[in-house]
Amino acid sequence: MTMKVLMFGWEFPPHISGGLGTACLGLTKAMLRQGVDIIFVVPRAYGDEDQSQMQLVGASSIRVKINQYHFGEELTSKRNQKNIQYVTIGANLVPYVTEEEYYDLINNRVTVDRQFKVHSTSDTGTIDLRGGYGGGLMNEVKSYAYIAEEIARKFDFDVIHAHDWMTYDAGIAAKRVSGKPLVVHVHATEFDRSGMNVNQIVYDMERRGMHNADRVLTVSNLTRSTVVNHYGVDEAKVTTVYNGVEAISAKKNLHFEKVSGDKIVTFLGRITYQKGPEYFLEAAAKVLQRKKNVKFVMAGSGDMLEKMMWRAAELGISKNFFFTGFLRGDDVIHMLSISDVYVMPSVSEPFGISPLEAMRSNVPVIISKQSGVAEVLKHAIKVDFWDVDSMADAIYGIISYDALPQMFKENAKKEADSIKWDNAAKRIKEVYKNLSERK
Amino acid sequence: MKNICLHFSVHQPFQLRSYRFFDIGQDHYYYDDFTNRSNALTIAKRCYIPMNNLLLSLIHANKKAFKVSFSISGSAIEQFEMYTPEVLNSFKQLAATGCVEFVAEPDSYSLVSVANQEELELQTKANMEKIEALFGQKPKVFHNTGLAYSDELGKKIYDLGFQAIMGEGADQILGWKSPNYVYCDDAQPRMKVLLRNYKLTDDVALRFANQNWSEWPLTADKYVGWITSSLEKEDVVNLFFQYETFGDSNRAETGIFDFFSAFVAMIVKDKNIAFATPSEVVKNFQPISVLSVPQYTSCADEERDLSAWLGNNLQKQAFDAMYSLQKLVRMSGNQQLLSDWNRLQVADNLRYMGTKFFNKDRERSPYQTPYEAFINFMNVLSDFTERVNNQPVEVKYEALSQEELTAEIEKYTAILKELENVKAKSTKKKPVAKKTTAKKEKVEKTEKKPVAKKTTTKKKTTKK
Repeated sequence: MTMKVLMFGWEFPPHISGGLGTACLGLTKAMLRQGVDIIFVVPRAYGDEDQSQMQLVGASSIRVKINQYHFGEELTSKRNQKNIQYVTIGANLVPYVTEEEYYDLINNRVTVDRQFKVHSTSDTGTIDLRGGYGGGLMNEVKSYAYIAEEIARKFDFDVIHAHDWMTYDAGIAAKRVSGKPLVVHVHATEFDRSGMNVNQIVYDMERRGMHNADRVLTVSNLTRSTVVNHYGVDEAKVTTVYNGVEAISAKKNLHFEKVSGDKIVTFLGRITYQKGPEYFLEAAAKVLQRKKNVKFVMAGSGDMLEKMMWRAAELGISKNFFFTGFLRGDDVIHMLSISDVYVMPSVSEPFGISPLEAMRSNVPVIISKQSGVAEVLKHAIKVDFWDVDSMADAIYGIISYDALPQMFKENAKKEADSIKWDNAAKRIKEVYKNLSERK
Repeated sequence: MKNICLHFSVHQPFQLRSYRFFDIGQDHYYYDDFTNRSNALTIAKRCYIPMNNLLLSLIHANKKAFKVSFSISGSAIEQFEMYTPEVLNSFKQLAATGCVEFVAEPDSYSLVSVANQEELELQTKANMEKIEALFGQKPKVFHNTGLAYSDELGKKIYDLGFQAIMGEGADQILGWKSPNYVYCDDAQPRMKVLLRNYKLTDDVALRFANQNWSEWPLTADKYVGWITSSLEKEDVVNLFFQYETFGDSNRAETGIFDFFSAFVAMIVKDKNIAFATPSEVVKNFQPISVLSVPQYTSCADEERDLSAWLGNNLQKQAFDAMYSLQKLVRMSGNQQLLSDWNRLQVADNLRYMGTKFFNKDRERSPYQTPYEAFINFMNVLSDFTERVNNQPVEVKYEALSQEELTAEIEKYTAILKELENVKAKSTKKKPVAKKTTAKKEKVEKTEKKPVAKKTTTKKKTTKK
């Protein structure tokens, strides 16, 4: 008997704002290969998009569309086409538009309470996309849950699977209606996103989701312990399923020649508290005291960008320290392929796929011990994010002692390639099986 | 009469402190004193003191019937002197019984035998001198670091005046043959080879406390049974242990000490089997055949070769970078440099860079990954290299080869000529070549090259 899963996501390629969408795509593809049928539900503002094959009209004029989603050649076999149904909801349900806006919301720059009020006063059902947008998020989460009920009634499935807090309420609603077991998948927690500056509403929603779930999946043991310790979830129902990384396609495997003879050390990610850019900067300053022919690159954007620029100037290292702004697509691959070291100094990283991507490009990586990926990687140097001395030392070592990059080249790519979504999908399938057998 | 040969290898490395690149050229102290001290105290309490006492009491109880042998690395001796003099004292007591043989090894517990013949000689002599000074014995048998052994090494060691060398009874060299005989070296047939019976040794060292082992619990009865059945036809069982096996890798509560004394008691009673020290074994038995060991073997890992220390490029690069300094370090004659040199070489530093097991081996390593071990070591080595290069070189002329001497003479003739030219041109100013008076070094006894002159060391002036 094939399993059929009702999966609630928040974003899906090509419209991705962060790692969650990428993770969902990788996982879904692998699940299909495992022979699991998936109904993927996603709220989208791009309701006007291609190939709608079915339209559901939900309650209170909320239109729900179902699209056939194409993953590309590898999955266009007839069987697979049948096995995934891609549901979009053409309402004012929009994932957070940009990272920055989302960040503002999370960090209470715009308080959620206030946003709620703003929204509830305008009872027209339309939400002002500018300005007070963030507040709409909470409302959307609610509407999403409401639609989830409708969807749960319309479809037939064995398990419900909800990705991250925005979809938990939807998952709970679907469970209430269908009585099917609920799996929530924790890609990140509020503690990762905001340190100890936790947004109570988000926290409550996460907690509710975890406690209502029959099983909780976490992307690392690090996250697992957060879930157990900070959310009071019974250890027995929390399972760690590590993320994977998609095999690099031949076309994407571009090669860029390095022009300068200088060594290049790269930080790539949002320039926010969570990613620990300041530790990278301080480590750079230490290395530059001794080595002159090194360039440090901070690629990305975020609310700490300005602060970082000032600090670089203050330390007098601007000559060797570069900011590229936000990179996308091929630029990312370009950046990686000319890098000699990749550093991920995250303060808190539930998993962290980016070092794996660097390793696939044969770049030695330094990762913080406070990342989930540190649990699975062997061929990486691991340091505490705050331990700037160790970080500097590791950077210096890699660019100074030739045997190191050589060794990484021999081992790291192989290792990164072995961390596959298929393994994750297999484990999740087992979890589903246990759940449905328990009934 | 059949023999059992018990050997204990005693070694404790100096752990390096976490040495950052910005310490290079700034701070020349490389060791983690706190860790080293606490390691030394812990292992003394768990193993050295109780096991030495046990051996002592067994020797007294059984008169001359119980014998053992030891090799002790220079760094272990140094740490006894620094942290646990009582351990050194109890080794002296053991030596005084006359039932303990001390064998020599490279003082730094390094793989110098692979790198440099001259250094191997110097280190072996250094270890022998220490043993003679402390225990009043001149070692006749050689125990290389990690039991690393090859034909070539056997010959070299014979040339240093040893009668026998200890090696690993590795399957790749023995094939169908048994380790329980005395063999002789392929390159130098007069050199006797004693091979460790790794199965019987590891039954105690690795498996004694393992409850998943089908033979667990290992009793003295059972163990002696295995040994006697091996010795029905064969000559000698060589049990070469890391000393920490007793009390540290197998804690007292596993019953290891009781097992050991019961085992000794049973063997002593046995009329056909006797304990013997390595040099007694080679006296008692003729070599049964020549053993061909073209490639190095060792007791490390399943491979039983050098791959535990020199298996990957990190290890090789560190190793090469280190031994490229050998000549300059020795020429410097600087005591502080020589002391660091001895400590840095230790094989453990290379082992920490191994990538074979990663997780399993990490438990014994102070570093999280081999990469960190490598970086830390290379940082230390960079500083060390700077110091060595900045050292005013004191050439020991009697240590030079003929060609090198010729080169030196040519160099100084040229300088002399230049000086005379300058002098001839102007009588007002003349450059003065500084010359320090000869400083006598007594590093080793002079059993040297034919060119052995009187020891005159000169400070070379780098004047241009």
